[in-house]
Amino acid sequence: MLDDADDKPCALSRRGFLGGASAAGAALPLVAEAATKPRTGRSVAAPDARAPAQVTLRVNGTDHPLSLDTRTTLLDALREKVGLTGSKKGCDHGQCGACTVHVDGKRVLSCLTLAVMVADKPVTTIEGLARPDGRLHPMQQAFIDRDAFQCGYCTPGQIMSAIACINEGHAKTHSDIREYMSGNLCRCAAYPNIVAAVKQARDVKEG
Amino acid sequence: MRPFTYERAASVDALRARGGDAARDGMKTSRAFVAGGTTLFDLMKLDVMQPDAVIDINPLANDLGRIEVGGNGLRLGALVRMSEAADDPRINRDFPVLAQSLTLAASPQLRNMASLGGNVLQRTRCHYFRDTSWANCNKRNPGSGCAALEGMNRIHAVLGASDNCIATYPGDFAQALIALDAVVEVQGRSGKRTLAFEKLHRVPADTPRIETVLEPGDLITAFLIPTIPAARRSAYLKIRDRESYEFALASAAVALDIANGQVRDARIALGGVATKPWRAREAEKALIGKKLDEDAARRAGEIAFQGAAPRAHNAFKVALGRETVARALMHAAQMEI
Repeated sequence: MLDDADDKPCALSRRGFLGGASAAGAALPLVAEAATKPRTGRSVAAPDARAPAQVTLRVNGTDHPLSLDTRTTLLDALREKVGLTGSKKGCDHGQCGACTVHVDGKRVLSCLTLAVMVADKPVTTIEGLARPDGRLHPMQQAFIDRDAFQCGYCTPGQIMSAIACINEGHAKTHSDIREYMSGNLCRCAAYPNIVAAVKQARDVKEG
Repeated sequence: MRPFTYERAASVDALRARGGDAARDGMKTSRAFVAGGTTLFDLMKLDVMQPDAVIDINPLANDLGRIEVGGNGLRLGALVRMSEAADDPRINRDFPVLAQSLTLAASPQLRNMASLGGNVLQRTRCHYFRDTSWANCNKRNPGSGCAALEGMNRIHAVLGASDNCIATYPGDFAQALIALDAVVEVQGRSGKRTLAFEKLHRVPADTPRIETVLEPGDLITAFLIPTIPAARRSAYLKIRDRESYEFALASAAVALDIANGQVRDARIALGGVATKPWRAREAEKALIGKKLDEDAARRAGEIAFQGAAPRAHNAFKVALGRETVARALMHAAQMEI
C-alpha cells in the first residue's frame, strides 16, 4: 500500500503500472540507461555568468542574431534589441498578460521567458499579425469595431491572447471566453467589449 | 536579477552529475532546473531565489513530456504542460479532479508554460517570503523569525503550521494528486526511485526552508496515478477572492466511490488552508459506509478542520474550508458518471 510507503521505494513499477499500454516499452530510454551507465568524470571549466549568449530569435518570420545577457527576457529582447515595442511590459511578473506573445503557436508570457530558451523557435508578436499590405488581422479589426480598449496598453496582449483563445477552442461560449481571457488584465475594464470582439473575430473565422 | 549561467540539459543521465538543488535548499542555491520558469524567474526577479546556474530541462521533452494511459493508471511526464493535461479528454473523463485542478489554476498563458513537475514545487505566495525587504522569514533566512505570525496573515495556513512558518502551499494540482494516491517518480544522483506523492512535501516544523524530501540533484520525472473506482466521481472546488486567475482561499479535491447508496471509498484533500498538500483522512473515514447526504458532508467538513489553528486574520478559512469540503462532496455525490 502507498499509505505506509514512507521513503521506501514504491511497489508500483512503471511497466507494471501501465499494464497493457503499448507505448510503455518504448518510453524513457534515457532513464533506463541512466541506471546502468557510469558517470563520465569529465570536469568543465567554470563558465562565466556574465558572458553574453549568441542567440537567434525568429520573430514574425525574420531571424535576428543577437548577443544577449542570459538574464534577458524575451520581452526585453523584443523591445530593446529587436525594436518591436508592441509587446508591453505591465507587471513584469506574469500577472497581467500585457506581454503575451506566441511561441511555437502557443500563447506565453514573454516577461517570464528567457530569450535564450526560445532561440530558433518561431515567435509571433502583435507586429506580425497584419498583412504586408496593411490589412489588419480579423482580431485587430474586431477590437476596433467593438471599441475593445480605452488606453490601449493591454491591447496587444489581449489580441495575442484572444487569437490563441479561439485557436485552442476555448471561445465557444460567453463564459468560456471570460474564463480563458482571464490572464489578461485591463485596468480600463473594457472587458465586455473585449468579449464582444473575440466573438466577432471567432464568427468571422468560422464564417 | 543576479547573473547566472544557462545551459540546456542533454539527457537525464547527464543531469545526474550536474544536479539542481533549488527544490531542497530553497534560495541560496547554486543550481536550479527550469522548465516553464513561471515560478523561478518571478522569484529571481524578486531576488528571493538566487541560483548561479540555470539548467533548462526542456530538451528532455521527448522523454519527460508524455501522457500515457494504461490498464492500471495514468502516467504524466514531468514536462507535460498544465494546459496539455487539463485539456486531455481521457483525463477529463477518468480523472476529472486532476483536469479541474489544473484548469482552475493560474492563467491560460501560465498553463501553457508551466510543467507539472514544476507546478507541484511552486513556492508559497506568502507576502513576507516574496518581499525581501522583510528580513524575518524563516524560509529565506533560517532563524530570522516569521513576520507573518503577527503580520497580515489573511492568506496564511490554519493547518500544518508551526511557530516558525505559517505560509500556505499555493498549488491546486497537488491536492488532486494526493487525493488519488498518486506516486511521484524521481531521478536522483543514485538512480531512479518512486515515493507516494503525499510524502513529497514536508510541514515547516523547525525547518521551513526545507519544503520537500527531494535531495540536491533530484529531478521529478513523472507522476503515476492509479485507476481507482473513486477517480471518475471526483471533483475540485476552489474558492477565491475572484472567480478566475487567483490562488485558493480554500479548496477541496474529493473523490467518491458510492455503491447502493453507501460510500465505499472517500478521498478528501485540502488546498489554500494548509502548509502542504493536506489529506483529511479522519474526515474520509467518517464517510465510509454512510449515505452521502448534506449532514454527512457537513460533518466531514467539520472533522477536516478539527485541528485548525487560525491566526488574527485567517479564522474565516475554518468556516470557509468546512463549507468547501461539504459542497465539493455534495457535488461529487451528484455527478453522473
